[in-house]
Amino acid sequence: MTTATADLESDLDDEQTSPAPGGYQLPEALDGGYAVLRRGVRLAPAFTKGLGLTITFALIATVGRIVIPLTVQQSLDHGILAKGGPDYGVVRNMVAFSAVAVLATAVSAYLMNFRLYTSSERGLAQVRTKAFRHIHDLSLLHQQTEQRGALVSRVTSDIDTVTVFIQEGGMQLFVAAAQVTVVTIVMAVFSWQLTILVWICFVPLFLVMRKIQKRTGRAYRKVRRRYGKMLGEVSEALVGADVLRAYGIEDRVGGRIGAAVENTRDSQVRTQRLIVITFSMGELVVGLVNSAIVVVGVLLGVGGHLSAGDLAAMLFLVNLFISPVQFATEMLNEAQNAIAGWRRIVGLLEQPPDVVDPGTAGVAPPDGPLGVGFEEVVFAYPGGAPVLHSLTTEITARTRVAVVGETGSGKTTFAKLLTRLMDPSSGRILINGVPLKDIGFETLRSRMVMVPQDGFLFDMTVGDNVRYGKPGASDAEVRRAFADLGLTDWLDGLPQGLATRVGQRGESLSAGERQLVALARAYIADPDLLVLDEATSAVDPATEVRITRALDGLTRGRTSIAIAHRLSTAEAADEVFVFDAGEIVERGPHRELVGAGGVYSGLYESWARQQRS
Amino acid sequence: MLGVAIRTEPRVFAAAVGGSAVYGIMTVGAASAVGWATDHAVLPAFRAGKVPVGATVTAGLLILGVALAKVMGIIGRRLLAGVMQFRLQSRYRRAVSERYLQLPLSWHRRHPTGQLLSNAGSDVDMTWQFIAPLPMSLGVLIMMVAALVSMVLTDPVLAIVGFLLFPAIIVLNTVYQRFAAPRLAAAQEMRAGVAEIAHESFDGGLVVKTLGREDVETARFAVAADQLRDANIAAGRARAFFDPALEAVPNFGVLVALLVGTSRVASGAIQAGQVVQVAYLITLLAFPLRAIGWVLGELPRSVVGYARVKAVLDARGDMSYGTAQAPAAGAADVRLEHVSFGYAGQEILRDVDLSLRPGSTVALVGPTGAGKSTLTGLLARLSDPDSGSVRLDGTDVREFARGQIPAQVSLVPQQTFLFADSIRDNIRLDRDADDEQVWAALRLAQADRFVKRLPEGLDSVIGERGATLSGGQRQRLALARALIRQPRLLILDDCTASVDPQVEAAILGGLREAAGEGTLASTVLVVAYRKATIALADEVVYVERGRIIDHGPHLELVERCEGYRDLITAYERDHDERDSALQEVGT
Repeated sequence: MTTATADLESDLDDEQTSPAPGGYQLPEALDGGYAVLRRGVRLAPAFTKGLGLTITFALIATVGRIVIPLTVQQSLDHGILAKGGPDYGVVRNMVAFSAVAVLATAVSAYLMNFRLYTSSERGLAQVRTKAFRHIHDLSLLHQQTEQRGALVSRVTSDIDTVTVFIQEGGMQLFVAAAQVTVVTIVMAVFSWQLTILVWICFVPLFLVMRKIQKRTGRAYRKVRRRYGKMLGEVSEALVGADVLRAYGIEDRVGGRIGAAVENTRDSQVRTQRLIVITFSMGELVVGLVNSAIVVVGVLLGVGGHLSAGDLAAMLFLVNLFISPVQFATEMLNEAQNAIAGWRRIVGLLEQPPDVVDPGTAGVAPPDGPLGVGFEEVVFAYPGGAPVLHSLTTEITARTRVAVVGETGSGKTTFAKLLTRLMDPSSGRILINGVPLKDIGFETLRSRMVMVPQDGFLFDMTVGDNVRYGKPGASDAEVRRAFADLGLTDWLDGLPQGLATRVGQRGESLSAGERQLVALARAYIADPDLLVLDEATSAVDPATEVRITRALDGLTRGRTSIAIAHRLSTAEAADEVFVFDAGEIVERGPHRELVGAGGVYSGLYESWARQQRS
Repeated sequence: MLGVAIRTEPRVFAAAVGGSAVYGIMTVGAASAVGWATDHAVLPAFRAGKVPVGATVTAGLLILGVALAKVMGIIGRRLLAGVMQFRLQSRYRRAVSERYLQLPLSWHRRHPTGQLLSNAGSDVDMTWQFIAPLPMSLGVLIMMVAALVSMVLTDPVLAIVGFLLFPAIIVLNTVYQRFAAPRLAAAQEMRAGVAEIAHESFDGGLVVKTLGREDVETARFAVAADQLRDANIAAGRARAFFDPALEAVPNFGVLVALLVGTSRVASGAIQAGQVVQVAYLITLLAFPLRAIGWVLGELPRSVVGYARVKAVLDARGDMSYGTAQAPAAGAADVRLEHVSFGYAGQEILRDVDLSLRPGSTVALVGPTGAGKSTLTGLLARLSDPDSGSVRLDGTDVREFARGQIPAQVSLVPQQTFLFADSIRDNIRLDRDADDEQVWAALRLAQADRFVKRLPEGLDSVIGERGATLSGGQRQRLALARALIRQPRLLILDDCTASVDPQVEAAILGGLREAAGEGTLASTVLVVAYRKATIALADEVVYVERGRIIDHGPHLELVERCEGYRDLITAYERDHDERDSALQEVGT
């Protein structure tokens, strides 16, 4: 880390919340601002497509702006102040010429603007989509560490900060630089002495401004972070609305949101202060320049180096010199805002997913049922103690395995590693002898499906949610999936059958019903290996038994792994894996383990007692 | 909207406008100073060929002084305008989120989270975006008047040219507003759409991953992003036209002034210097006109944003509260009388009568989707019944004062929700509980052991979705959260489904013990499937399709209620059938 970035970080320290155990916070790019900006622009080809023509229009528009003061000067010297009285003809010609120029300027400016809007919006849409995709490509650890609202802010408001800069600033900054150059040349033609004077006044300003800009950049970063945090707090209150109501903690949550909102406001005001300082300094220098021109201009005029018209023109030209400089100051501030947003986008996109898809280089295990091998697999959450200790085991194809054990014994970790939602810290996992890491995601996800406990549904109909597992499936197929699972009665009981809308996150259905839909969704995907992570934990016993039996028949011929607390699942399985403190302590069929007097016997005994009491 | 803004922040606004006025006057002052310098220093010097020292120095200082005053104006205007905009934004953001906290859950179900997020974020931003340039455009009105006055003083005829600029600008702006407003509204709609899809998709990230649907999701998002892009480009086209046109109009004015000025000079009515001054004044006018243009340019966006924000602020349907206070302690007497409840046209509960004796433990049993969770929600007053009443100790829950239901009822929902916060704060919530009490609650919920094992103990921050905690651990934290409140009515909505049988038995044993010792005086309603849980209940209520089919002691129900028997003995029968199947194979 260079000193500059270290400095940058120390300034932001108060914003670093201590990361959640085992989570990953998404990074921000830390390099110099303009490097970030350049990398940002390179993210989408649309940004720079057709830039040449846009620049041409920008230049025409810039040159056109100088026409007016020139016209005034020419008309004054050769028309109004012409020897022998005002010459109307000269003035008329000048005006006619200028009118055309003003019109051409306006048209060019319009074309430039429009092209900018188009290319920037196209680029931003590409970046937005890229960032969205990248968030999905990141591993579970990343996704679940961040509040959902904060993730949303990365693909919405962070990207929007760039909009203003690109559309109203970036190009104009270029134009402003061009204008300053052109005006300097024209001024030099009128009076090189005064031109040097102007530059002498501005150079110190540029130097000081660079310093302030750095601070502005940091201030804007703080704004972006706090804004993201604020959206995170709001989204938490929205997602957890039920709990808020049930516990009557609206005031507490309102207080937290309020604090986040006010933090954001405070950092915005602080940023504004820096911007105003920069702008004021610019204005002060402008006064200095004007005053110097009048005084020095008089001296030069008396010395015979300057005509009255020249001096008048200089006063106009200085304004043309100043306004782009002032404008550039504004835009450089805006650039800092854009950079702050870009840091978050670039940082996100440059964060390599820690679970990597081998993509087209991936191999596919031969068709048919899948067997699994774990070889000395260790897993620990970042910074945490190992959750799985050197696990070596094998599951032969077509086996129905039940995984049991206390909560926190490593069952879900086992399932997540097996389906490659996470990668082991060391050791390897083989699928039919092929390293899991070498299997392309497309193959992997179509052949191995896990049904998580929380039956998340999308805000669509029941039918469409099931179809999510197999795009394009017909209603008849969806219905058959429910029928296969013994759920036709339930389906028929819905007010609109398959067309019943499930609401956000599926909340119009009960938790058990959501699990039924989630199960059908995985079932219709027809994987070779099915992992059920307490997928029916909220379903009533009669329905669960029915499903288990249906799956019994259906999963024959495919490998299935079910994590369950209800040991009825274990009874039905070919083999039971008993987890304890990150290790498999027993394995074998239920009937062998139940009487063995080990961990499983204990678990089963207490389960049976609960059932029969 | 302007009125709202000024009424909310009158002083800041006045000061900002004052600053702009100083700025405006000084900008015109700058022109006059340059004019004065031309007449008294520049022209005499050129005419006479020698430097009028006094006049030149005065001119220099005058210009500098004016610039200083202008800077003061800028500081006042820009800083305060910024302060005002950010204050308004934060005030409205708070107001919007405050509504989110008050509006009923039924309202929440109708509005996608992403959209609401967009209301509190970009819609509020957009509503007050016009404030920053506003004092400027009001302040520069003075500049405009000053410029016009000095034009008239310089030459009334040339001043007419200046006045003609106004109708031109008004026409221009009207055209712009007509064109831009609907496009901006569409764009903002699309913006919310993007947030909506993003939120839902990240929310369901695990499903997307497990089914490998990243491509489908990206395609879905890309459609929304592209729609936003197209809407922004359409709105941008209007803006792209408006700005250069706004700049061109005063330029044409200068040209006309030159033409008219020349003939005025020729006729001897005015001096050349006066033409220059008017030309200069017109270029000065261009600035306030553009400043006003910025505000006008932002206005359609603000109007659109405000309409969206207002929809939240004006949303109704808040729960009404009475004045009744909760009794200090003691288990609650709970009664449901003829309660019916429906959602989205679907009847969920039908004419439910239920009574829970104080201190009793009642098990609520029924098949998936029977309406059990809905019923628990009514008891915690998450919603109100369509008809009938829910009574605590004889008082209708609607008659309790705000906060009085959560003070006596704790619901542990089926789906665990934890805040992105420390374990301690997740359990205490708004209660002033010391660590000892927190540990006691954790112990009762059988969560103390794993929390102790966490490196940071109670201070461990768990993510919004608590990635590293298992489902069962999360459920136990949620249970501890309810227990620490020592509720008079404790509702457990199948909240131990992910907890191991032994652990659950320990939890229930602990609850029973606490009740026996008198440390926990609660009426308990537990939604359960496990027989052991049900066995602890004094009474069982069996529901099916939104109706109470039967209630009574477990054994009686097993005897007389077929649905209940089928449900509750499902595992046993399954086990027995497997056993006999095995034996058949064996024989």
